[in-house]
Formats: sequence, structure tokens, C-alpha cells
Amino acid sequence: MATETLKQDDHHGEHEHHDTTGLKVFGFWIYLMSDLVIFGMLFATYAVLLRGTAGGPGPDDIVALPLIFVSTMLLLVSSFTFGVAMLAQQAGRKEKVLQWLAVTFALGLGFILLELYEFHHLISEGHGPGRSGFLSAFFTLVGTHGLHVTFGLIWIAIMFIQIRKRGLDDMTKPRMMCLSLFWHFLDIVWICVFSFVYLFGVMV
Amino acid sequence: MWLVVPLLLLSGCDAALIDPAGQVGQGLRSLIFTAFALMMIVVIPVIIMTILFAWRYRQTNLAAKYTPNWEHSTIIEVFVWFIPLVIIVFLAIITWQTSHQYDPHNPNSVTENPEEVMEIQAVSLDWKWLFIYPDLNIATVNEVAFPVDQPVRFQVTSGTVMNSFMIPTLGSQIYAMAGMDNDVYLESDREGVFRGRSTNYSGRGFSQMLFDARVTSEQEFQQWVQQVRQSPDTLTYPQEYEALAEPTVAHPVEYFSQIAPHLYQDILNRFRGGPSDGNHGNHGREQNHSSDQAHAMSAQAAE
Amino acid sequence: MFGKLSLDAIPFHDPIVMSVAVVIAIGGAAVVAGVTYFRQWGYLWREWITSIDHKKIGIMYFLVAIVMLIRGFSDAIMMRSQQAIAAGGAEGYLPPHHYDQIFTAHGVIMIFFVAMPMVIGLMNLVVPLQIGARDVAFPFMNNLSFWLFAAGVILVNVSLVVGEFAMTGWLAYAPLSGIEYSPGVGVDYWIWALQISGIGTTLTGINFFVTILKMRTKGMTMFRMPIFTWTALCANVLIIASFPILTATIAMLTLDRYLGMHFFTNDMGGNMMMYVNLIWAWGHPEVYILILPAFGVFSEVIATFTKKRLFGYKTMVWATVGITVLSFIVWLHHFFTMGAGANVNAFFGITTMIIAIPTGVKIFNWLFTMYRGRIQFTSPVLWTIGFVITFTLGGMTGVMLAVPGANFVLHNSLFVIAHFHNVIIGGVVFGMLAGLTYWFPKAFGFKLDETWGKRSFWFWQIGFYFAFVPLYILSFDGAVRRMQSYEQTEWQPLMFVALFGAVLILFGILCLIMQLFVSVRDRHKNRDLTGDPWDGRTLEWAAHSPPAFYNFAHLPEVHSIDPFWEKKQQPGGYKRELSTHYEDIHMPRNTTEGPILSLFSLIFGFAMVWHIWWLVAVGIIGMFVTFMFRIFNDDTDYYVPAAEVERIEREYHEKLGMQA
Repeated sequence: MATETLKQDDHHGEHEHHDTTGLKVFGFWIYLMSDLVIFGMLFATYAVLLRGTAGGPGPDDIVALPLIFVSTMLLLVSSFTFGVAMLAQQAGRKEKVLQWLAVTFALGLGFILLELYEFHHLISEGHGPGRSGFLSAFFTLVGTHGLHVTFGLIWIAIMFIQIRKRGLDDMTKPRMMCLSLFWHFLDIVWICVFSFVYLFGVMV
Repeated sequence: MWLVVPLLLLSGCDAALIDPAGQVGQGLRSLIFTAFALMMIVVIPVIIMTILFAWRYRQTNLAAKYTPNWEHSTIIEVFVWFIPLVIIVFLAIITWQTSHQYDPHNPNSVTENPEEVMEIQAVSLDWKWLFIYPDLNIATVNEVAFPVDQPVRFQVTSGTVMNSFMIPTLGSQIYAMAGMDNDVYLESDREGVFRGRSTNYSGRGFSQMLFDARVTSEQEFQQWVQQVRQSPDTLTYPQEYEALAEPTVAHPVEYFSQIAPHLYQDILNRFRGGPSDGNHGNHGREQNHSSDQAHAMSAQAAE
Repeated sequence: MFGKLSLDAIPFHDPIVMSVAVVIAIGGAAVVAGVTYFRQWGYLWREWITSIDHKKIGIMYFLVAIVMLIRGFSDAIMMRSQQAIAAGGAEGYLPPHHYDQIFTAHGVIMIFFVAMPMVIGLMNLVVPLQIGARDVAFPFMNNLSFWLFAAGVILVNVSLVVGEFAMTGWLAYAPLSGIEYSPGVGVDYWIWALQISGIGTTLTGINFFVTILKMRTKGMTMFRMPIFTWTALCANVLIIASFPILTATIAMLTLDRYLGMHFFTNDMGGNMMMYVNLIWAWGHPEVYILILPAFGVFSEVIATFTKKRLFGYKTMVWATVGITVLSFIVWLHHFFTMGAGANVNAFFGITTMIIAIPTGVKIFNWLFTMYRGRIQFTSPVLWTIGFVITFTLGGMTGVMLAVPGANFVLHNSLFVIAHFHNVIIGGVVFGMLAGLTYWFPKAFGFKLDETWGKRSFWFWQIGFYFAFVPLYILSFDGAVRRMQSYEQTEWQPLMFVALFGAVLILFGILCLIMQLFVSVRDRHKNRDLTGDPWDGRTLEWAAHSPPAFYNFAHLPEVHSIDPFWEKKQQPGGYKRELSTHYEDIHMPRNTTEGPILSLFSLIFGFAMVWHIWWLVAVGIIGMFVTFMFRIFNDDTDYYVPAAEVERIEREYHEKLGMQA
């Protein structure tokens, strides 16, 4: 049959479509890469505007290193606790997953609250984002990361509800894998923010 | 059709870029022609081959050879990479040299002796050009004059949005940007009145943001300077400058016989630093302006 | 209550805007009435608006593009007639306030809402078929991308009647686009239209990148992918890497405008040069996002209609990849006159010229595909030949502009305008119209009328030269872009020639519309059910025309670059026959969340433009809730039973038999 050679063996073909997990995780990876470009641009902008302080505070004036150290620790530990949640998922232990998700959520929330405190403090001192080009870049870079973490928190909350309702199935598992990528990604971005903005800031 | 273009331009047409005055304009003209000629080495054969192949291998011409599975030929592949490559290498060498030679910041583009360069400062405003002669302590609006064969360094900045300073007949242009001190060296080897303009769109009055560049004999230039010096108008900073900087369209030519001592530097500094280190009246105004805005926004939010 | 919005925002005093508004209102009312009268709302909703079928989404993209082409072209012809009149002190009929909006809108519309949807539409229609897939990787996201894009389109069109559009040029250079120099809502419309549709574009990029890498059918290695798919892959890589730059840049401009920040302001530590750098770091890859798929179309068309393998397939692929990489290191050539210094200028000038090498190679490869072929002069071939000549000239002027020295006198002049229209009309538009004619029968099952297609080509081609050669000439006398009026009366004759050229292009567009109309009217005469009207080479021609919603009843397997062609060359040829055995097919369900989410994004964008904060909240909450519905919806896919597949296939073969 002439048609036969243009079509593939049925038994192979049909199964490929069931593997949507791989597609989703790969697609999410690509999304993260494009998100990374956004962060890259914000980092570049920050570097360009470092000297655009317009007579206002510079990096060394606004960094409260102990506070940042605490929030960095919170985020790093949250990455670890999320890792534990993923291990629990692989073991198929739903309750453990939920427990560790809750811990991760709490740590992430702590990070965000500290960031909000920092921002509030700066603004109340008159060092708001409208004060200078440098502060615009600072608030936007750190704030964009914070916004991502906030979305991550919302996502964790949703996963918590979904896993409680549905357990670990074909719908929740790939989503957890993507969320895990997202959460670790934010951790890595934060390490860059921490070194580039805060550590570098006090060194200069 | 395309080949008609340069001919059309050359035949008695006195277009600014085809009949430039001064080394920069003439050098850039020959650069354009060289680049054009080099490109023709590829462009002409491509056009001929396109028409030739399309005609010869038309479906109805069964006499032509037909090789449906022919898809590769190392010789052809080497040629099609090699020919553009060689041309681009040539062009790259020319590019490297001319980029340095005609760099707007390079005084050697107009003179071998940078000592003899005359300084004129050009400031783009909404929508007019302010010209400052720092050594003569005079300024003009929408008219600039300098002697023939006199290399000139135009320091260019902006008191508003970005513009681009250009006198097409003389060649190069350079962006005028607030707080940035840019420069371009130009020179004219013949007398005349050349139209200059902003080439970069800057808002409502952009189309009329024109000025006259008067290239005269040394003697006539001195007379012109005297004429400017007789003007009753002065340009103090910041009051009279700020009045001048108010947006106007098709602003008439103005002469200022006296100017503030560091006018150009003051205009640059308006945009540098912030409110705390600035002792110019302007920053206070800008502050008020932005806080008004914030106020307006929060008022809307409250609604 | 309504932020900055009041009745004053509607320009009742402007006869041009008002008459356009009336025409749109009447047209819109007629469409709504028609759909209601024929009771087609349900059909539209089920079959189109909520559809996740890549072919239908592709058709919708193209439809919007053609509508917006008319809008963008109206702007063009208004500009040309204004410039034909406004010489030597004459003010013309468009004051700066209006003219400046028109050239901004023209650029924005033609790039974002005509060229982009044409390219993305064609990718949607063709790529999954070419790689032997049943749909894209993320069908819901595909629907969402389209509707986000549509929200951007609507915002731009709303700005025509409610308020104003930006008066900044299409890239809204700061600080002109900052709040200090553009306090009106025009720039805000620009921001939100591009931001919302840009996010849709990024999602499309991710979607197609994953689709092409992960969903190719059995046997289709990377170097067996059809060349159009290759160019689409590279275009999507560019989207993924460059659109986030646009998003970030516009976001910073937004913060400057809405929260009084100082990224790009003149003072307070802002740096407007950074805006110019960032916007072009996106802007230059963007032009390759448009042109690469057009290159792909020409490659497919030329191989098919010369009945010959594409000459130098691998060279083509590597040239495409090379252009993709190089496109990220040339952005500075858009502003040599900023004064960066000789070394920087020379570097970017030379990197730009290097792009001419792979591009030149591609041109030669198309020529050598024609060499010793049997060329059928169908309208896609005419577009292709027109392209080769026109694009070569445009490439040449591009290289001239890439020489910094030459650029110092040509920058911002009409030479630049003529150059990029030379490559965008001669390249992208010709390519997309060739692609439209080429793949139309695949999408609809009947061919487009050739007579009107050829007329359209000749009007476009000749019109192009009349419209833009005068601009090249004028640029040598210092004529610059974006002039609302000019004093030199000696420019006027050539401006008239340019207007004449624009009128010829108008006839080209009218012929195109006529072509669509005539073809639909005579669809029974031009019917092609064989699925292979052009004696094609690649997999899409093995599917039905129009393809079943699942594309292939059995996923094909390939062994070469031109699998379908090879199949037909074998003894006995290729026959469409019913299979003896069908299986269940896994397919995604339609989505209501995509269009609804986009509707809220439109509300959000409009409210942001006018500072109506409660409505902003409605938009955000609406988007969030809709998204939650999607997240908690587990009924997103289903199986088409084998019996249903068999019924559809049988029906098709019966029709095919009747036609034979």
C-alpha cells in the first residue's frame, strides 16, 4: 500500500501524545529562560543607573545587610524545603508534600514581608523609587523579583488546595515540577540580586 | 530603474549630499559612491541572473535542461559564500578606516591643526536652535555663521528631548541629548547659506526646526558679529534662557549681544545631578512639577 | 469615577476621525446584525472564538492582519498626500497633532498588527502540518496568544476615537514619550497595546519553539525539517530572546510615566540613551522575526513551482541560523549618530555587513533552485521573483546605511524610510502574500483566483518603486523622515510621484481584496480536494484540504527532506486511500477561558490608559478568576473515537471520489 509508508506504526504514534508532562516542563523551562532575559535587562539597567543617584543615596546608603542576610536565608531554606516536598512527591506521600509546601509558603511569605518592610523603610526615609534613576532601578529589580516570589506564593497556595483535593495525579504532578523549577529559579535570581545589588553595594 | 537614480542625481542636480561643501561632506559622498559601486558587483549579476533564469527555465521551454534532483554543487556553494565574503571584507576595511577618519568627534576630519578650530555651541530647544559663541560671548537663535575654510567644532546638547544636529551640505550629524555634551567637526570650502535642521523627530514643531548656516568670508563674518553685538537683547541664565526655552514653532532669528558666562555648561548641568546639589532654580520647579503629578494621580485614585 | 476619561476625549471636531468612526460603527453594526440575523453567534463562538485548532487560529490572525493592513495603509496614503501638498509654506490638511499620530500609528500597526500576525498566522497554519503534528504543544496558550494580540489590536483602534494615539514615532523614544513631554494618553495606548499583545507574542514563541522541537513526527530529524519550519524555529528563538526585552523596556517606561520613576528621564539620574539601546536590542531581532519566515515561504514556493529540490538545503539552514545569532549584535547601527565613538561604530557597522553574507547566499540558492528547473509562473512565483530583485536592492541600501560614515548623512533621512520599506514590503509583505496564495487551498480547499493575484502583484511591485525611489532621491537633498511640511518646493514633484506610487499600491490591495472575493464566489470552480493542488513536496500536502481538525488520521513517518514528493516519485505514485484500521485520537478541547481572559486584559489596558483605578481592579481580578477557572478545569482534552475518525475519513474520500 502506497499510503502505508507515509504513516507511522500506529502503536508508536499514539503514545507520544500522552507524554504531556515532558512538554509542559520543557515549555516551562523555555518560559524561565525568557523571564531570565527580563531579569538580565533589569540587571543591565541597574548597572547603567548605578551612578544616576541625582544627589540622593547610593547603593551603600540603602543596604541593611543583616536584614538582607535573614531574608536571603529564608529564601535559601525555602528552596531546600521545596526540594523535600518534591522528594515526598516522588515517594507518593501526599501528606508530606502538603506539610513541606506549607513550610515553604511560610518561609516565602517571611521573605516577602521583610522585603515590604525594607521598601517601606526606604520610602518613609524619602528614598522612594521616584527619588533618582538609581533608586528606580533598585526598586524595580528587587521588586520584580519580589513580585515573582509573590506569584510563587499564590501558586503554592493553589497547589496546596489542588493536591489536597485531587492528590498526586497527572494534573498536579507536572504542575509541581514546574513550580519547583520556578521556585529554584527565583532562588538563583535572588543570589544574583544579593551579590550584585547588596554585597557589591556595601563593598563599593 | 534603480540605475537611473544616481544618474538623475548627478545630472546637474545640486542636491545637498551630491554637491557638498567641505571635506567631511565630500569625503562621505565618495564613501557612499564607493559602497554603492562595491555592492553593484553582486546586485547587477543577481538581477540579471534572476531575469535570465526565470526566462530560460520557464515551464514551457522544454528545450532547457531540467534536473529535478540536483540540489548541491560544491563549486557553486563555495562561490556564493566567497563572493559576498570578499566584498564585505573590502567594505569592512573601508568601514573601519572611514569610521575613524570621519568620526564626528575627530578634529582631524576637518583639520590637521586642532588649534585653529573655532568653537560654536549648539543647543536644541523646543523647536529652535540656540547657537552660542563662547569666545565672542554672543548667541543667536536659528542662525549660525562662520567663515569659509574655517574648521568648526560644534558642541551639541539639548535643552529638551533628543534632536539631531545636521547641516546636510556640510556632512555629518550628531544627536543633541539633554545633559550630554556631544560634538561634531564641520567645515565648508565655499561660501553660501546652507539650510540646517534637526533630523530627529522631537514633537509638534519638528518640521520647522530649521536654521541657516551662513558661510561667509572672514570680513563678512566680522560684520555679522558686529551686527549681533548691536542687538539690544541679552541671554541671562536662568531667567531669559528659560523664557527662550518655552516651546515655540518657527521661531524667528534672534541675536543676543550678551550672554551668561557659562551658559552652555549651565544648560548641561540642568540635567545632571539632583535637587540637593543643584543651585539652579530649575530643579525646584521640576520637583514641584513631579509632586504635582503625584498629587494629581492620587487625587484620581481617590475618585 | 472615570479617571482622565471624559466626553472631551472624543474628537468630535475632527471630520476625518469622525467619518472613520462612523464608517467603523456602521460596518461593525452591519457585521453584528448579519451574524445575529443568520444566527451565527453560536457557530462563531464554538468554531472560532473558543477554538484551539491551530489552523483556525492561523486564519484568524491573517484575517485581522488584512483588516489592519487597510487601516495602516489609510495612514500611509494620508501621509503621502499630506507631503504632496505641504510644500513651501503650505500646511496641508493634517496639522502636526494629527500627522504625528498618523506616522506613529502607521509604524506600530504595520509592524505589530499586520506583519507580525501574518507571520504568526502562517506559522500557525503551516508548522504543525509540516512537522506531522496534530496540534501545537500548548493549544490553550495558542488561543490565549491570539486573543491577547486581538486585545492589543482593539486598544489601538479605540485610540482612534477615544482620546489620541502616541505622537512619538513607532518606537516612542524617551524622553519624548515620558510624562513630561507627552502628558496625554497617546503613549499609554501605545504602552498597553504593545504590552498586552507582546505577551501574547512571547507565549506564541515558547509554544512554537516547543512544538517544533518536541512534536515532530517519526523520522523527522532536524535536518529533515521543511525549510519554512526551520525559519519559523529561528523566528521563535528570536521571539523568546527578544520580546522579554521589549516587555522590560515598556515596563520601565510605564513606571516612569505612572509612578514618576526616572529610568529614561532627562534629569534625576535617568538615562534616555539606555532606552534607545534597549528598544533596538529588541527592535533589530524583531525585523528578523518578520523576514526569516518570509525567507522560508520563498524557499518552499520556489522549490515547489520549479519542480526541483531546493538548492543547498543545509546552506540555507546554516545561513538562517547565522542570521539569527548575528541579529543580536547589530542593534547599535540604528543610532551611529549618538556619538559612541569610532571603534564601537565600526564594530557594529561590520557585524551588520556580515549579515549580508548569509543573506546573499540565500539569494543565490534561490537562483540556483530556479536554474535547470521548470518554473510555473503562478502568482506565488511572481511574488518570489519580485522579492529577489526588490530585496536585493533593499539589502544593498541596508549595507550602505551600515557604513557609519554614510550613515552620518543618511540617518533619519527618507533614505532610511525607503530602505526599510524596500526590505519589509519587498521581503515580508511579498513573502506573506506568496504564502497566503500558496497555503490558502490547504486551509480552505479551494485555490485563490490567479488573475486578480497577478494584478495585485503588478500593482504592488510597480507601485513600490514609484512610491519609494523618489524617497531615495529626496534623501540626497536632506529630506528627513516625519516631516509634516517642508519649505523646499523643488521636492514637491517627487512627493507627487511617491503619492502616485502609494495609489498604485492601493490598487494592489484592492486587487487582493477582489481576489479573495472572487475566489470565494467561484469556490466551486477552484475546488481542490486532493489536498495537493501544487504538486507539493512536504507533509502538509499529504493532509486533506481543508485538513480534518486532527490533521492526520495516522501520524506520518518521514525519511527525507521532501517526503511527500519522494513518495509521489516512487513507482505507482501516491494514492489517497482509506486505511483499514483507525485508532482513538487524543485532542484538546476548546477553551472559553482564553477569550474571556483576554477580554479582561483589554478592560485592564483601557482602564490603565485612562487611570480608572476601580476598572483596573476589575480587569486584574477578572483575569485572575478566569485563570483560576482554567487551573481548576480538568476537562481540557478528550479522545476522538476511532469510529468518528473513520466516519470523517470516509466522508472525505467519498467527496474526493465524486470530484474525480
